[in-house]
Order: sequence, then C-alpha cells, then structure tokens
Amino acid sequence: MIDFERVTKRFGSWTAVDAVSFTVAEGEFRVLIGPSGSGKSTVLRMINRLIPADEGAIRIDGVDIASLKPEELRRRMGYVIQSVGLFPHWTVERNIATVPGLLGWPRARIRDRVTELLELLNLDPRRYRGAYPHQLSGGQQQRVGVARALAAEPRILLMDEPFSALDPITRASLQTELSAIHRRTGTTVVFVTHDMDEALRLGDSIAVMDHGRLIQCATPLDILTRPASPLVRDLVGREEWGLKRLAVETVGDRARRQESVTGEPLAAETPLHRALSEMVARGTERLPVVDGDGRPAGVLHLSDLVRPTSAGTVSGGPAASGTA
Amino acid sequence: MTGVGMAPRDFLTDRLMLGLVVLVALVLGMPSLKPLFATLFPRLDRPLYEAESFVSLTLDHMALVGVSSLAAILLGGGAGIAVTRPWGREFRGLLETVATMGQTFPPVAVLALAVPVMGFGPEPALIALTLYALLPVVENTVAGLDGVPAPVLDSARGLGMGPAEMLFRVELPLAAPVILAGIRTAVIINVGTAAIASTVGAKTLGLPIIVGLNGSNQAYVIQGALIVAALAVVIDAGFDRLAGWLTRWSQR
Amino acid sequence: MTSRPLLHNRVALLMVLAAAVAAVALPFLGFAPNRLLSGRPVPLWAAAQGFDGAIALLPGLALLATPFLRPTRTGLGLTVVAGGLFTAGLVWLAGAQAAALAQGASAAARTSFASGFWVMAAAGLLTAIDAARRLGLGAIGRMAVGGAVAALVALQLASGHLDALSILKEYANRREIFADAVLRHAMLVAAALVPTLLIGIPLGVAAHRVQAVGRAVFPVLNVVQTVPSIALFGLLMAPLAALGAMLPGSGISGVGPLPAVIALTFYSLLPIVRNTAVGLDGVPAPVREAARGMGLTPGQIFLRVDLPLALPVFLSGLRITVVQAVGLAAVAALIGAGGLGAIMFQGLFANALDLVLLGAVPVILLAVAADALLSIGIAAATHSIGVLPGRSAP
Repeated sequence: MIDFERVTKRFGSWTAVDAVSFTVAEGEFRVLIGPSGSGKSTVLRMINRLIPADEGAIRIDGVDIASLKPEELRRRMGYVIQSVGLFPHWTVERNIATVPGLLGWPRARIRDRVTELLELLNLDPRRYRGAYPHQLSGGQQQRVGVARALAAEPRILLMDEPFSALDPITRASLQTELSAIHRRTGTTVVFVTHDMDEALRLGDSIAVMDHGRLIQCATPLDILTRPASPLVRDLVGREEWGLKRLAVETVGDRARRQESVTGEPLAAETPLHRALSEMVARGTERLPVVDGDGRPAGVLHLSDLVRPTSAGTVSGGPAASGTA
Repeated sequence: MTGVGMAPRDFLTDRLMLGLVVLVALVLGMPSLKPLFATLFPRLDRPLYEAESFVSLTLDHMALVGVSSLAAILLGGGAGIAVTRPWGREFRGLLETVATMGQTFPPVAVLALAVPVMGFGPEPALIALTLYALLPVVENTVAGLDGVPAPVLDSARGLGMGPAEMLFRVELPLAAPVILAGIRTAVIINVGTAAIASTVGAKTLGLPIIVGLNGSNQAYVIQGALIVAALAVVIDAGFDRLAGWLTRWSQR
Repeated sequence: MTSRPLLHNRVALLMVLAAAVAAVALPFLGFAPNRLLSGRPVPLWAAAQGFDGAIALLPGLALLATPFLRPTRTGLGLTVVAGGLFTAGLVWLAGAQAAALAQGASAAARTSFASGFWVMAAAGLLTAIDAARRLGLGAIGRMAVGGAVAALVALQLASGHLDALSILKEYANRREIFADAVLRHAMLVAAALVPTLLIGIPLGVAAHRVQAVGRAVFPVLNVVQTVPSIALFGLLMAPLAALGAMLPGSGISGVGPLPAVIALTFYSLLPIVRNTAVGLDGVPAPVREAARGMGLTPGQIFLRVDLPLALPVFLSGLRITVVQAVGLAAVAALIGAGGLGAIMFQGLFANALDLVLLGAVPVILLAVAADALLSIGIAAATHSIGVLPGRSAP
C-alpha cells in the first residue's frame, strides 16, 4: 500500500534519510524504530509530505504522492504526534471534527462520528464533547489526538511517538486500545517509537533505522531471534531478552491441545511472559487455556516456555513464522 | 467558578460601564457645569470652552484615533503576517529593526516632524499617528504568531489544513491576545498623541487644553483634560473586556 | 544553489528601489529665500555634482550592486559599508549644496532637508543594519553600525561642513538657549528618576513578596499609564496652583518644572515597579533554596542572588522609563517646564519649521542614545549572569 523506492532526504550537508526502500502492506501495523537522529520521524513525515523527498519515489496504492495536492493527501491520513498538538482554542468536539469539517461532511454526520470516536476511546461524550484541551489530563488529550486522527476514517494512520510523553500505566492502556482499534478497523498504521518494548508489543513488523538507513525490517520474532546487526541487538537489550522473546508469542501458540487441567484459565491470546508471571504467582507449572469463545484449548506447561518446539505443540510450524 | 471567579469580571463590567457613563455625562453635560467653573475660577471672563462643542471635539478626536489605528492595524497586521510566511521571512529582520528603533522615537517628536514634511492640519497628524501606531501592532503581530506552539502548527499541517486555513483558523485566533495587546498600546498612545495634535492644527480634545494653557485659562485645561482622560480610561477598559472575550476558552 | 544565481538580498533590492524612486521623484533639499516663505525643491540630480556629488553617489552606485552580492562575509561587509557611507555621503552632499546655495543669497536664506533626503538616508542606513544582522551581529553590533554612521555625521557637524543647513542656522541663532534646553530636558528626566527609584524599587520588592501589594498597586499604575500625558499635566495644574496659593513662598506652582516632575514620576513608576517585581519573580526558586541551604543570610541572598539575577529585567524597566520620560518631558514644555519641547512647540506655534526640527531631532537623539546606553547595560548585566543576550525578559 505504501511504497518507498530509494527515497533520500538531505538537510544541508546532512543526509537524514539515505536511499531507503520498503513496503507497508494494506492493514499492516508497521513500527519504525531507531536511535534519535536515525531518520525514522523524517520517513514518517515524508509519507504525508510534511517533508518533501529529495530523491526517489513514494507511492500510495501505486500513485506517486508528489503528483497529489499535499492538503488532500494529508486529509486522507490520520496524524498523531507526541506533543498531541490539539488546538487549544477549540473544544474536544471541534478538534475531532477538524478533518471532517475540512472535507465538508454534513453537520449531523460529524456529530455522530465524534460521539462514536469518543466512545471508542473511552471518553464519555457527554462529559468531554464541550471540554477544552487544557481541562484534560495528558492521557485524555492524547486520546482526543487519536480520535481526531481517526475522524475521517483514514486508511492510513501516521503516529510519531504518540505515547512517549505519557506515564507507563496510561501508555499501556492506550497501547491496548490502539491494538484493538487497529484490529477492528484494519487501518494501515505507521508508528514511530524509540521504545523497543512498545515496538514488539504493537508491531506486525518492525523497521529498524540508523543513520538514515534501513538496517532491518522483520517480524518482532525475527528482530529478537535474528538481529541483523549489533545495533538491533542493543536496541532489544540483553538483560530481559528472554522475557521479550516470550512477549511476542501467545499462550495459544504453545498450548498442548489434547490435555486438560483444572484452574482459572488463560485466554489463548495472552502473551507468554504474562503466562510465566501467572505461573510464578500461582506456584504452578501448568495452566489451562481457553480460546476466544471460552472453550478449553489445552494446557500450557512451564517447560513449553523454554522449549518452543517441544513435543505436543500443535500450533504447527516453526516459531519463526511470526505472530500476525 | 461562579462566586469568586465572577467577581473580577463584574468589576471590569462596572469599570467599562461606569467609565462610559462618566464620559458621556462629561461630554454632554460640560456646558451645564459652567456655573461650577465660574465659582472655581472667579477671575476668568469665560469659564467654559465654547469655541467648539465638546461633542464635536470628542467625535473628531475619536475619528482621528479610529482611522489612524484602523490603518495601522491593517498595514501593521498585514506586514506582521507577511514576514512570518516563508516567502516574506527575508524582510522580518528589517521590519523588526524599524519597529524597535521607531518605538524609541517619542510620539510627540514624530508628530512634530510630520509638520516640516507635510505641513499643518489633520493630515500630518493622521499620518504621524498611523506610522507610530504601526510599530506596536507589527511587533506584537510577529510575537503573537511566533508564539503559536510548533506542535499545534505541525498537527494543523499534518491534518491537511492549507496555508489560509492555518492562518485564519489556528494562527490568528491563538495570536489574537498578543496582537490585541499591541493594538491596545497603539490606540492608548494615539489617544494621547491626538490630544497633542491640536498643536499641529488638528481639532481634537487637546484644543481646549492648548488654548487654555496659552491663554492662562485653567478651566479650559481641566475641561479638555477630564474628557481626554475619561476617553482613554474607557477605551482601555473596553480593550480589557475584549481581551477577556478573546481568551474565554482558556478561562473555563 | 544554482536556482537563484542573481538576486541574493531582496531587502537591499527594496531599499535600492525606494532610494532610486526618491532620487528621481522627490526633492532632495528645499531652498527658501527666508524662513517664512516656502522653499523651492532642489532635486538630487541638480545637487549632486563634482567632488561632493561623488561622495554621495559612489557609495550609492555600490549600493545598487548590493542586492546581487553573495551573502558571504565580504559581500555583506561591503553592503554594510556601502549603506552606511551612502547615508553619511548624502549628509555631506546636503551640507555642501547648502553652502553653495548660500553664496549669493541673503543671510536669511534657508536650505533644509526634503523628503527625498530622508527616504534615501533611511534606505542606506536600513540596508546597512539589515546586512549587519545577516552577518550575525547582535543588537549591540547593529547599534555600532548605526553609531559609526552617526560618528561620520558628527565629524561633519564638528568641522562646520553642515553650518549652512537651516537647522544649524537656527542652532547658531540660539546656541545658548539650545544648550540650556538640552540640560533642562535631561534634568527633568533625572529629577523624575530620583523619586521614581526611591518609591518604585521598594514597591516592586513589596509587590514581589506580598501578592496583595501587587494587586493593589498595579491596577492604579495601569490606569495612570493610560491617561494621556497632556491631560495629567493639565489636571495637576489646578491643585498645585491652589496649594501654591495656600503656601505663599513655598515655590509651588501649577506651571513649571514641579508639575512636570510629578507627572513624569507617575508615568515612570509602572515600568520600574513592574520590572522589579517581575525580575525578582523570575529568580528560580531552587537557586534561592540552594543559597539558603548553603547558609547565606536573607540579606546575602538578596544581594548576591536576587539582585544580580533580577538586574537585566530591572534595567529593561529602567530603559522603558527613561525613553518614555524623554518624550513626556517634551510634552511638559506645554506647562512651562522648558526643555527641548519648548523649542519644538515654539516652532510649531510660530510656523517656524526649522525650529521644530531643532527641538524634535535632539529629543529623538536623546531617546535613542538613552536606549542604546541602557541596552548595552542590559547586555552586560545579562552576560554577567551567563544568560545568552537576547534571551532577557522584555
């Protein structure tokens, strides 16, 4: 859906983005990660032409974006930044209605859409519709920021470190909500972060950048198990590598389908590191697993966490096949 | 939110309304104060300035201030907007130099210098007042537009606003309080300079003061001074109200 | 880099165009047989001849090239020099032309600057200052450029080259009155400054320490600041006159310097009180906390921490006060306080335009000089506490 073909951007004598090529598929959640100055934000801001590319071509659905009017291009995409950038003199409702207003939607439709979005982001419409940004907490402001980006039902959502300024608890709940929204709407997301945990948690695929170059673009599992360079390994970190490794697979991937055991069951989509935590907390080595409809889906053994390809794994195929 | 919070607003309401009542009473009622001035200054043959009516002097004064300020707002605001656009940025340094240097020139000297260049009458006064009022308007327009937070501009652009939409929907509304402060400074200075402009041949509320000073008629001086002072205070209170209205979103 | 090979400085281009239009369409000087008759215009092309013409026109020709100079140090340096020399050269040409016109005319003949001169001189100076900014010079550096041009003009003044110009003929006629007026003007400002500082600084400290003081004081001072000066002078007259009548021999009177100094003090208080308070408010609490933690006494904290850190903001207040007072003192001439305003208004009332100039121009120069001096002081105070110049508060 989004194609970069040898895209280069220079600021003066400094090359911010150096002949980068990649493709983001329709509906994919792509995370761009790298140290500061690696060019990840520049790549993001070239997708909606906030920064023009010097060389190469950027195509969306096969159309070179240089041939489109920048304003029209941007109205078709959602855009969320770290500092939120809500318009302080407008109410929450008017902020969310920005792009629908620019696109000339009828008033009633805008109103309904605002209600829908506030509910989607767990903000009570009656309470927050007429509030001004300065009356909201940081987390609430970013919820409004996300709602504003989603307002005109964009097929692409661009997010530039949207949760970096939030406290860990608020960040975690917004990450969960964003995942849910992505699953429900199928919007293509390009998400910039410098936080590898966030990248592993959210991304279908992760593109690692350094000094303007694309170092590696792979699934979270591959990033963990087959880092393409020492930099990627450093970004992942060595200390809690094992836990991160567990975090990119789910209970359902490793449960032994034929077995059963009593106890409070775990959902199949629970990440494995949570299952480990649960085992330690309960002092058990076996946990029952249920699928999305609550039907028994097997048992997870402590040893399955250590040996991914141990006997009894029914999910099939090598673990490197990924999570998506 | 209601009790304590409303108190200053009520006070402002009062200051504006009270000032307006006093101003109108002074302008319309000055002739009926003639006996009072006669008692206060028994040695004066003519204790009331009657060469022109205070109504027409006040209207002329307000017209001079109004026209010059309006011209300054349009020109100065336009220049301030222009130098904060990408295509006008090269001229920003020049404009800021002129605005800061110009504001060290005393207004009365600028007014006086207009005479050798343009002669006597209301026109040089109008030009001098306009030129002088330009400076704070320009300075504050640039400062106000500069003060719009970068993330707000970034998201406005990222959401697909064009340059005009950004200017009129985001930048100007957010810069408005600072721009208004500049306009307020300009207008208040102009009210005072317009009074002095009666020395260069413009008929304003300064006329009774100048005539009184030259003819040792203190009654004239007081009559003119009272009305000019009331006019300035009322206009200032009006700006206070306007400033509150412009930033009402931040006071919730 | 190759997209705009020719034009490098659009500001210089605008200034050159303005100067060119002024040179062709506006009179350079005005020549009148005496000061009551209106003059006939003397265009630049009639004045600029020979050696004197070259002094103005050679930098002028250089100025024509400045929009197309590359923005290198050399190119911008040349622009600064061309602009400055053009302005100083125009003054030289005006002086020489006035001397030439004075020959064969009566002693009452007057040659004065006309609109073309002002536009061209301003264009040259602004080009120079803008190029100085492009060179990366700060406010002080740009002031130095202005100062260098002023020095060139001052040299011409001192040498007597400009004596035939009308403003200097007026000056020659009232040399002593003028010197007295300048002194009187400065005295008025200084006399108002004494009570302003004595009252204003303690009031500012109080407003910083006790919120209620600020809430009581600032609305009053704000209202005073909005009252037009001429009205305040007028309103002070009657009460002071009455007081003087009650206390014969006290020297109190409704006219003269006393009401002027009182009114100037009223106006001067606001910037001093406000900036004293704001400056102290701006001292970071952790710095004060650290000073207390190290065992400094309250007096030592005030002298060694508060004072130096609040000084730049306080000095900006002083700058506003002094520049404002220089202008207000000119208005005070209307109530008989004397000073340069007296010369200016005498000229206005008598329709003697050169006299207006003789009063108004020094008022502006005084204000600009006070502004420049205090700006240097502010820069020094800011530098001494390690904050980058230009980051100081208003």
